[in-house]
Amino acid sequence: MRQRPLSPHIGVYKFGYTMATSIVHRATGIVLSVGLIALTYWLIAAASGPESYTSAVTVLAGGLGQFLIGGWLFAFSYHLLNGLRHLNWDLGRGLEKAEARGSATIVVVATLLLAGAFIYAAFFAGVPR
Amino acid sequence: MSLRSPLSKILGRGSAKQGVSHWWVQRVTAIALIPLTLWFAYQLIHLPLADYDAVRRWVATGLNPAWLLIFIGAVAWHSSLGVQVVIEDYVPHKGAKVVALLTSTFLHVVLAVVSSYAVLYIVITNFCGGIIPVGFLYLH
Repeated sequence: MRQRPLSPHIGVYKFGYTMATSIVHRATGIVLSVGLIALTYWLIAAASGPESYTSAVTVLAGGLGQFLIGGWLFAFSYHLLNGLRHLNWDLGRGLEKAEARGSATIVVVATLLLAGAFIYAAFFAGVPR
Repeated sequence: MSLRSPLSKILGRGSAKQGVSHWWVQRVTAIALIPLTLWFAYQLIHLPLADYDAVRRWVATGLNPAWLLIFIGAVAWHSSLGVQVVIEDYVPHKGAKVVALLTSTFLHVVLAVVSSYAVLYIVITNFCGGIIPVGFLYLH
């Protein structure tokens, strides 16, 4: 295999917060992938009978379970909103430096609002349990 | 089928002609997941999650099992493609990379099939009410 030119490694770039939004998109994606295990666990428990379901609910309602659910809601909010930003880029729009910085700020603020709404609905709203 | 190797392949350059499909499916599943995840989140918020019977009834009601299967398929596919890119970019050692890619792919297929089977199992046992014993996989 002949020597090919490589794209510059991450170390040559000055850090910008648009870089952070990109790496966080990947990180939240990985966090949500782990959530797929929890989704499967929940469905197996519901398929396995009342005792299994009760023990799964106990796990998910425990400290670690609640922490993970909060994390998934936050990761989902970010990944959804920043994903829309990526889809917009795929249409060739919003790629100018100033536009990308502006949309990064919008995504961060909107994530805090959306994640806040999800966490409120999941943990504090008066939905009967 | 052509038996001639393209010049680009002999010279060791050019694409493997599969990148477009990866890129495209990643976007298609992303778009599908916008309504699917919001639907799922809305349903979970309104479900009494600690109530075993209510959750099973919800899984088996109307088109819910169909949407759940589509949701599971889209999530697993999108997740598999995403994790693949992350592994390709951040695992430098070639052997470790192949092992990680295989593990991720196998895990995604297992999770998608098992969770889909769980949905179908809930639907069947819900309709057969006691005829088929409930006992999918005993988790205690």
